Amino acid sequence: MSVRGAEGQLALINARLLDPASGLDVMGGLIVDGEVIASVGPHIVKSRVPDGMPVLDCQGLCLAPGLVDMRVQIREPGEEHKETLRSAGESAVAGGITAMVCLPNTDPVIDDVATVEFVARRARLNGLAKIYPYAAATKNLEGKELSEMGMLAEAGALGFTDGTQAIRNAMVMRRALSYAATFGAMIIQHPEEPSLAEGGAMNSGELSTRMGLSGIPVAAETIMLERDVRLTELTGGRYHAAHVSTAEGLDVIRKAKAKGLNVTCDTAPPYFALNELAVVDYRTFAKLSPPLRSEADRLAVIEALADGTIDAIASDHAPQDQDSKRLPFAQAEPGGVGLETLLPVTLELYHRGHLGLLSALSLLTDKPAALLGLNAGRLKAGNAADLILFDPERGWKVEPEKFRSKSKNSPFDGHLVQGLVERTFIDGRVVFSRHA
Amino acid sequence: MPRPKRGSIVTAMIEPYYPHRHLLGIQGLGPLEITSLLDLADGYVDQNRSVDKRKNLLRGRTVINLFFENSTRTRTSFELAGKRLGADVINMQASISSVQKGETLIDTAMTLNAMHLDVLVVRHPDSGAVKLLSEKVNCSVINAGDGSHEHPTQALLDALTIRRRKGQLAGLTVAICGDVLHSRVARSNIYLLLTMGARVRLIGPRTLIPTQIDRMGVEVFHDMRTGLKDVDVVMMLRVQNERMRGNFIPSIREYFHFFGLDYQKLSLAKPDAVIMHPGPMNRGVEIDTDVADDVGRSLIREQVEMGVAVRMACLDLLTRTLPQTWEGRAA
Repeated sequence: MSVRGAEGQLALINARLLDPASGLDVMGGLIVDGEVIASVGPHIVKSRVPDGMPVLDCQGLCLAPGLVDMRVQIREPGEEHKETLRSAGESAVAGGITAMVCLPNTDPVIDDVATVEFVARRARLNGLAKIYPYAAATKNLEGKELSEMGMLAEAGALGFTDGTQAIRNAMVMRRALSYAATFGAMIIQHPEEPSLAEGGAMNSGELSTRMGLSGIPVAAETIMLERDVRLTELTGGRYHAAHVSTAEGLDVIRKAKAKGLNVTCDTAPPYFALNELAVVDYRTFAKLSPPLRSEADRLAVIEALADGTIDAIASDHAPQDQDSKRLPFAQAEPGGVGLETLLPVTLELYHRGHLGLLSALSLLTDKPAALLGLNAGRLKAGNAADLILFDPERGWKVEPEKFRSKSKNSPFDGHLVQGLVERTFIDGRVVFSRHA
Repeated sequence: MPRPKRGSIVTAMIEPYYPHRHLLGIQGLGPLEITSLLDLADGYVDQNRSVDKRKNLLRGRTVINLFFENSTRTRTSFELAGKRLGADVINMQASISSVQKGETLIDTAMTLNAMHLDVLVVRHPDSGAVKLLSEKVNCSVINAGDGSHEHPTQALLDALTIRRRKGQLAGLTVAICGDVLHSRVARSNIYLLLTMGARVRLIGPRTLIPTQIDRMGVEVFHDMRTGLKDVDVVMMLRVQNERMRGNFIPSIREYFHFFGLDYQKLSLAKPDAVIMHPGPMNRGVEIDTDVADDVGRSLIREQVEMGVAVRMACLDLLTRTLPQTWEGRAA
């Protein structure tokens, strides 16, 4: 790994530079100086690298900003048998993710400054992907009293959410949006009306009827989004809807944006790569929250990615162990691991012609970084040298047992995908190399 | 009563056809498999009516009834079926076994594998649980009811009951009335009846009819008066109080008023329409006592009798496809 010269400089040459923020897609190179990007562009070629500076020939691979994943569940503290900050970090860098935001649904809940600092310190010591927390919007995720948002934001919380639960009470949501706006912070919502989703295990429809499982109707998402959009309008708050999964839900977001409200949303790869048929035969690895929806919804998610209604793609990484998944469907925990499949499944959008390569990457880099207010996700001189080298064409088969994540519950188990990360740099250091 | 002649050339000519290791549901079975099971069961009806009811077909075989849900009649029916075929039958009630101590379904499967059983009969409150278990055990599995998913032997015994009375299933109109939402019996019956060429109507309040069930190829009614018109068979479902999460119906009184079967509503069906119920009945809730006990119309007693015969046929057919030795049998 010590390819760097004494001055801490390194020249990456012969790369296909991809910078979605500036629209750059050109052969060239990049010079890392210490922890930051010193310069980048087509002018950096082998003959112009100063003598003595170490050179890495990228052999035509794509050099892009490291991915910024805005929704990850890390089970530390509390459920370290499913995932730790370290195993999540290793899994992330193998998937090309250099920065990720974790949900506060740990044990203890991330709802005080000490826990925020614990996560930040542990992540820093691991030196893998940078981990930023969202803090709980309400104390202990109970949906009742607001957390100390101001102090938590000061300590480094990037936003406020009750994690995998929706903020159910409309008055609490109103105050959360209003109070968070005081500090310019956003509220991230799991948009699902809990009373309609209660006991539901999958999308409501013909398939749930045939399988004899309780369904979660599309309206559970639409109703919560409609309500929250009204509250955003009422409060002038900053609202972000996580993992939007339905055509109707996306229409709500589309209208809110047209109205000029401060509303954004993301989705996760399963919602544009899979539909409800993945749960046939009671496959609990495809039991997600929100549930996988119909094919028409899947196509609507792709359309919303293309037209800009959806602002970012997040992995929605949710590690679960065997004991949580090898159960009758209704009893199994929802969620799938996603750090190592985020890039290739997103690139399906490019390979199938739905999005250009830069547009697809943008949803994983500069766009989520901008939502989070992070100075990341760009190939820009002066920025941290958080980079990935990847081959967008390289095909591979998803074999979860090879994942670095402690949990293997991937809904993409056995899928054939394209796009493989070869190297990941964080602050100029190589933290992952496929052929090391 | 005179028994109608069966005229199926196909069944008269070929051996029973059932190329599966398990019986997990009716979905996926074709007319040939269903007819094979029904024909075989028909033979067992005669055997069960004779003095010597035992046969040694399954001598040496072990059948375990593993019930994670209370049931007296289905379990007894399977127990009787196994014993009449000469198998060793053991009942395991999950409430007294280690399942209550936190043992998972997979652990249970591992334990059962070590016991070298041949057929496992399972009932479980969760849809899909029997399939999950079947993937982990090295014996044949019969689904005796999983959640709101399927209850295939009930559909088979219903079909046998109807066939013996009406001669055939094709062309009949069958109304399934009541709590379809929570009913595995309804789902298995829908698959079976449609596969065999019958027409199926569902009748119930909107809260008890599952979403998009019309896409399965049935007609949905919310009024008994229109739904029962000219039907050949009226199948009543049990109102499953224990499965009701919240308020699906406001009161028993109201339910009986609109959806309980009495002579007045029954009069809209064909004059020779028969009445069925999978049991146990809630008299005065979904069915009027006089109707339930009407010997001319009610086939409820016959259903119980057919249950044993159908389960004998299932055990018989499934064990035919089991290897004769334990060599090479893997989970």
